[in-house]
Amino acid sequence: MSKLIMETKDFSFTYAGVDTPSLKKINLPIKESKITALIGPSGCGKSTLLRAMNRIHDLYPGNKYEGEINLYSADGKENILNIKKENDFIKLRQRVGMIFQKPTPFPMSIFDNVAYGLKLAGIKDKTEIQERVENALKGAAIWNETKDRLHTSALGMSGGQQQRLCIARAVALKPEVMLFDEPTSALDPISTGAIEELISELKNDVSIVIVTHNMQQASRLSDYTAFMYLGDLIEYDKTDIIFMNPKEKLTEDYITGRFG
Amino acid sequence: MGGRLFKNFSFFSATLSFFILIGIFSILFTYAQDSIHQFGFDFLSSEIWEADEDDEDIGIFGGFIPIVGTMLSTTIAMIIATPLAMGIAIFLTEIAHKTLIKPVSIAIELLAAIPSIIYGMWGLFYFAPIIQSTFGGQGVGLLTAGIVLAIMIIPFMAAITRDSMNTVPDVLKESAYAMGATKFEVIKDVVMPYSKGGIIGSIILALGRALGETMAVAFLIGSVMQIPSKITDPTTSIPVLLANNFSEAQGLEMSSMYYLALILFIVSFIIISVAKFYFLGKKVK
Repeated sequence: MSKLIMETKDFSFTYAGVDTPSLKKINLPIKESKITALIGPSGCGKSTLLRAMNRIHDLYPGNKYEGEINLYSADGKENILNIKKENDFIKLRQRVGMIFQKPTPFPMSIFDNVAYGLKLAGIKDKTEIQERVENALKGAAIWNETKDRLHTSALGMSGGQQQRLCIARAVALKPEVMLFDEPTSALDPISTGAIEELISELKNDVSIVIVTHNMQQASRLSDYTAFMYLGDLIEYDKTDIIFMNPKEKLTEDYITGRFG
Repeated sequence: MGGRLFKNFSFFSATLSFFILIGIFSILFTYAQDSIHQFGFDFLSSEIWEADEDDEDIGIFGGFIPIVGTMLSTTIAMIIATPLAMGIAIFLTEIAHKTLIKPVSIAIELLAAIPSIIYGMWGLFYFAPIIQSTFGGQGVGLLTAGIVLAIMIIPFMAAITRDSMNTVPDVLKESAYAMGATKFEVIKDVVMPYSKGGIIGSIILALGRALGETMAVAFLIGSVMQIPSKITDPTTSIPVLLANNFSEAQGLEMSSMYYLALILFIVSFIIISVAKFYFLGKKVK
């Protein structure tokens, strides 16, 4: 059994202005240096759960959390739902990075996009920034394509390149966990292949949670899979077991395409 | 048959505005001929504006004072209005609570709809005495005109900037927050650069409006033909001079006023063209 990096305990989430919770008592372990996939039909709450894990929901007021989400480190565990101060949010988000559905390059140069997070983290040393930007771009397998145009606008890159740049940007901060919210749904098959390859390489250094609509992607990439339906976690297990021999009828129906 | 009629009608309407533009320009240019011949480009730097009482074709006219007055009052207005309008736009798009956005937005749009003469009256009877007791001077003057001009263009600028900032995708802001940015850093590094085109466009459009504003400035600038030596001194501006003198002027003075109008027309035209260029540039992308 590998170590835990995060876990949710009886975690419930209710959006502002809604009476019924969107997530009901979710208990989900996230293993260190593994890829955990969240699958389920639209509206099942998988993105909501992912967005709770770095508390990006807090940008919009009035949402309600219950239960615990623990983030483990050498010093023990911390319930991230207790975070209240802006400084602690910033620390959390540097430890738990996030990649979105659509590529989101900032309106600045390729270099500055990657250096931005480092500057936010308070790193001032120019050579260190230079080095970490280069390593991050190499780590995201985009260095060869960008090394000659580091100082041109990131908006001029293709969609797939932009998404890899966003991954490089997150990797540069050396997060412990990276959350991927359908990272390939806006990309063509070739770019998707490149991103998938990149994600499986990343898991040596960072624990990964990925939300995906694409079941082949979940089975190809992930070590563990959680199936969610209407705000409930139906089943969680090793990916092989979920796809070959699920215990729940609902899971089987979903992965064989009987609904969803 | 009906389709062709409609096509011709819309073609006519579309070209009409073009002809009006050319028409106005050529009328200004034609009527300004006498003055252009007489004074040439020295008109821009001459401070004297004196008509001869007996012969309407003699006299010395120079546009320096109204040109300077226009530029100074506009500059004061822009310096005050730009940071305030940006602040309003940022507050409305990034900071304000949902329940506050609507009433503040409506208030700003209503401010933009107030006729300028009302700003002029309010400025003269209420605001000018405040300026006088705070900064000295005679109440009316450059500073008063500049501040009231600023108040007039703020809503306009804030509304356009807000619309432009609203186009920043949520997910782009989220990804900056997800990297540990604070609200201030997101505004500075993502929202402002992303909406740069709209912000510059709004500044330039407001500038065009401040340059041409007549009624409010006529109440407040003092309408005196003199170079201001202090910021509270009265002076005049191009539109104010035109509005005040048009009923009496004749001959060469009239022609000189057309010359001034032509200058204002060209400057405004250039400014609006630049703004359009920015807005179009934004749409193409």
